[in-house]
Amino acid sequence: MSQAAIRMAGIEKSFGAIMANRGASLEVMPGEIHALVGENGAGKSTLMRILGGLMKPDAGRVEVNGRDVTGWSTNDAIAAGIGIVHQHFMLVPTLSVAENLVLGCEPKTRGVVLDYQRAADDVRKLSSETGLVIAPERLVSDLSVGEAQRVEILKVLFRGAKILVLDEPTAVLSPPEVRELWAVLRRLRDNGDTIVLITHRLDEVVQLSDTITVMRAGQTVSRIKTSETTPAEIARLMVGREVSLSAGKRVQPIARPSDVRPDQGLDVRNLGITGSHGVRVVDGVSFKVQPGEILGIAGVEGNGQTELIEALAGLRAVASGEILIDGIDITRKPVAVRHDAGLSHIPEDRHRRGLILEYTVADNLILGLQKYFAKRGVIDGDRVLKSAVEEISAFDIRPANPVLPARALSGGNQQKVVVAREMGRSFSVLLASQPTRGVDVGAIEFIHQQLLDARAKGKAILLVSAELNEVLALSDRIAVMYRGKFAVVMPAAEASEEVLGEYMIGTKKGNAA
Amino acid sequence: MNPVTFLTQMIRIAIPYLFAASGGVVAERAGIVSLTLEGFMLSGAFGAVLGANYSGSPWVGVLTGILGGLIFSLIHAVATIRYRADQVVVGVAINLLAIGVTRFFLKLFFDSSSNSPRVTGFGGNIKAAGFDNPLLWLGLLVAPVMAFVIYRTPFGLRVRAAGEHPDAAESVGVSVKRVRYAAVALSGMLAGLGGVYLALDQHQFTDQMTAGRGFIAISAVIFGRWDPIRAALACLLFAAAETLQIQLQGSHAIASQFIEMIPYALTIVALAGVVGRAVPPAALGKVED
Amino acid sequence: MSAPSVAESTKPAFAAAPWRERAEEALIPPLVALLVALICGDLLILSYGQSPAAVYRMLLEGTWGNAYGFGQVLYKATTLAFTGLAVSFGLRAGLFNIGAESQLAAGGFAAALTGLALPVGTPLILALPLCIIAAGAAGGVVGSVPAYLKTRFGAHEVIVTIMLNFIVLALLNWFIAGHLHVPETLHTPEIHAGVLPRLADMSSRFHGSAANLSLVVAVLAAGAVWFYLFRSRGGYDLRAVGLQPPAAEYGGINVGRVWLRALTLSGMIAGIGGINYVLGYKHYYEDGFASGAGFMGIAVALVGRNHPIGVLVAAFFFATLSQGGLAIHAFVPKQMMDVLQGVVILAVAVSVPEVRRILRGARRRSDA
Repeated sequence: MSQAAIRMAGIEKSFGAIMANRGASLEVMPGEIHALVGENGAGKSTLMRILGGLMKPDAGRVEVNGRDVTGWSTNDAIAAGIGIVHQHFMLVPTLSVAENLVLGCEPKTRGVVLDYQRAADDVRKLSSETGLVIAPERLVSDLSVGEAQRVEILKVLFRGAKILVLDEPTAVLSPPEVRELWAVLRRLRDNGDTIVLITHRLDEVVQLSDTITVMRAGQTVSRIKTSETTPAEIARLMVGREVSLSAGKRVQPIARPSDVRPDQGLDVRNLGITGSHGVRVVDGVSFKVQPGEILGIAGVEGNGQTELIEALAGLRAVASGEILIDGIDITRKPVAVRHDAGLSHIPEDRHRRGLILEYTVADNLILGLQKYFAKRGVIDGDRVLKSAVEEISAFDIRPANPVLPARALSGGNQQKVVVAREMGRSFSVLLASQPTRGVDVGAIEFIHQQLLDARAKGKAILLVSAELNEVLALSDRIAVMYRGKFAVVMPAAEASEEVLGEYMIGTKKGNAA
Repeated sequence: MNPVTFLTQMIRIAIPYLFAASGGVVAERAGIVSLTLEGFMLSGAFGAVLGANYSGSPWVGVLTGILGGLIFSLIHAVATIRYRADQVVVGVAINLLAIGVTRFFLKLFFDSSSNSPRVTGFGGNIKAAGFDNPLLWLGLLVAPVMAFVIYRTPFGLRVRAAGEHPDAAESVGVSVKRVRYAAVALSGMLAGLGGVYLALDQHQFTDQMTAGRGFIAISAVIFGRWDPIRAALACLLFAAAETLQIQLQGSHAIASQFIEMIPYALTIVALAGVVGRAVPPAALGKVED
Repeated sequence: MSAPSVAESTKPAFAAAPWRERAEEALIPPLVALLVALICGDLLILSYGQSPAAVYRMLLEGTWGNAYGFGQVLYKATTLAFTGLAVSFGLRAGLFNIGAESQLAAGGFAAALTGLALPVGTPLILALPLCIIAAGAAGGVVGSVPAYLKTRFGAHEVIVTIMLNFIVLALLNWFIAGHLHVPETLHTPEIHAGVLPRLADMSSRFHGSAANLSLVVAVLAAGAVWFYLFRSRGGYDLRAVGLQPPAAEYGGINVGRVWLRALTLSGMIAGIGGINYVLGYKHYYEDGFASGAGFMGIAVALVGRNHPIGVLVAAFFFATLSQGGLAIHAFVPKQMMDVLQGVVILAVAVSVPEVRRILRGARRRSDA
């Protein structure tokens, strides 16, 4: 029985009040491709950063090839043959491929001068050995995403890595580039290297890996051999969640108000959004959300949902297409105009967008609504406080103190502030993006009820959530977003985890425009 | 106007800028804002006069001048790298501190509010037009040497990485902190040398004698887009304008104040991207958490 | 790791009152700086063979202890209050206005020109507002340049304001030296209208000092800044942009327009500061009258923690140091004050992030 290449046990790591790893474990055998899967925030990246020496664990043990290396530094890890290929490339854009490769272990002539010739030769040699071809003189900023990734992998191989950790490597690759990478990884594995693959892509897990470890909420929940499981079970382990009180619940169909004009609600036509690297992150998406309905967008994060919502909210430019609210074209209009047109937005990142952490709860409750609380340029502080007290009590925000700074509240209560504000204004279309992320169970129920009440009042709601149960429980219709397109749109009654799962991982393509 | 005298005067004026700008380039390329060149220069000038006065030798003055610049640059480095204080605020503080400290010691050692006693400098042969001053030749060499350091040595590679993408450098085991300390210390010594040249050339230290030269140097760095050779050319350009102003004095063709403005106006133009964008190193001035 | 995990939602909320936290984070750095300054002061005084206690007593007697000294402190504090308010206003929007020096000078210049243009005998009630408007407009114009360049080209306001300082001061020098100066001097003729009475003229208590009614304008300006920042809609938007630009953008605030407004108003405030010297003291504009007050404004804003009340207190403190230097000159050279000023700024600059880190770390540990 050969010894594990990597064994991590009981790993704990906290960042302030957030516990990213709570007793996580990992066991990787040499010469295998090991998939590390789990939703966002499960703690996978933290675990790998600890392995790579970028941070030290608060508790737990790390062994590499049988040796206890707990708490070692990046340089130790590199020397021991661990190479991490990061999701967000750690390449200096203004330097060349060769310069990036030799940074930190530069070849020298006469001790002082950087030997560029030697560096270039080394790059070419490694390129031909591994099949990862790239010209050493090219500037990293000129490279395509696939080429840049090749350089990242070369970088760790250059330092003698025998254990590679890749963090979401195919997230930004096109299909042919993905296939190419898989071939590279297989080749490296066959050569005797050990590979840990952090990924969201079910097809990757199924087709590439030998063993799978599943993490959730900072812990390891499962370790299985790929050959001994089914794609459906993997999907359930990946996207499912613990007891959700909404599990199995479905919305009751409601009578559509009869006086609805055809142009009311949200109308999105052939929307195209270009992301960094010139990639089309949203590619020709069209849909309508009627008053009194909830359209839920399911899908693994990173398929364009974030960009779609940002564009609808006015926080990101649109490359092509139109957005209409109640018949009014707001495609290129600023945020304030969209508010006036009847748009409300619960953002997915409350710490960055949704709240000004240093402002009081009361001041946060009027963000975007200043003009309603100001007369001739002066804000009516009493009215702001009074309104805040009402909303705090209506939404059970704790502590019930309107002058506390927002950063003093727990995550769930902070989210309630955002929800209170966005649903307290008058709106006809609501964008709700990950509305219950990081929120305790009681608050989740509350927020869900708020959404359903708004639906009953005839509002059009677009819900984006990585929680499949949430989407299933609340939506009238469900769309699955995959790689910037709607893979399918179906009535909720026809949807289930199994059915949706196949669209989410791209094994099934559907009927959506 | 004799072209030879114009050229020689221009070079003599440019030397402090060349020293300081070369120092500014390496510190800013590593990611640390260098509004402090003025303060480093001033302390270098004072250090030089102090050393030269008590030893009688200008070379000792060079050493003490470099030390003067180095001390202030280390204060800057500790405040911004170790304590992660705002680099602009610290920069303003260092400049004010340099003025204050030099004034204080000027009074303490030389019992004067305005100037030190005369000290011996280098050269002095009128016919050599300043070219018998070894510091002048050093000043002409410093920019090409800096270019070599930045583009052709491992240290220079790490400096460039630290200023563009410090996370990438850390991920391969490069200590960004150490690189930045070294770069800032180097900028202090070089800017200090600029002050040394100034003080020894004038054979004394006067209160606030750098008179904004450090800011012209940082303008040259920006106008030269953070490249040592381009920055050096900018220094020469600014020095040419200054020489023009001096030689035109009395002729009222263009008021001297407008010539004075040239370096600053050109820098604004560079920042506004009218003549090609001046893009700073990506991590310049950013505080890591 | 950017997504908050489940653990965060069950963390208990703070028990401490919000004011205490804010007060701690705000007041500790200046106190630390004061402590550091005192220690440095002791060292410097001892290096002159004097006793710190005696020197500090002399300093207090020469500044707050006698009528003339106190008046001089008030006079200097007035200019510093204006520049401090200007810089702190910009900082509230997240913008660094290093150009207060030239904005102050430009404002003084405009006030002098207005005072010269108005006919002799114009009542103060008419002349003063006109001079103030002119001063503010001049400062605002200078302040709007970095604002425009930032919103249009993304040019960093720090470098632009530094460069503009030199340009504007050179321009003003050209105006004076070339055209407008009284022979043998570098100042304009005395103004005809808009002269502000000195406090000394109103009460023998300020005997001969330069303090004048500009002081009242400064306090009113502080009040106006306070009201704008904390009670008006424009101030809500401005502080939001300074605290969290992505959230401000999300809330529909036009960030570019806020920047423009912030830097222009900042320049305006600094410009109005010019009236202290021009209308209240010498009654003419003199080249270089600003003499570093614009840069000291940065120190005042920092030590005053960007709050109008703090700025007034800090302006008073720095003015005391400056005047105190003169008072103790027999014992220790006034240059000591120059050193202390630099030390204070450095100490505050270093302690602000450090204190915040220590306090927030301690709070987190006590709640975990």
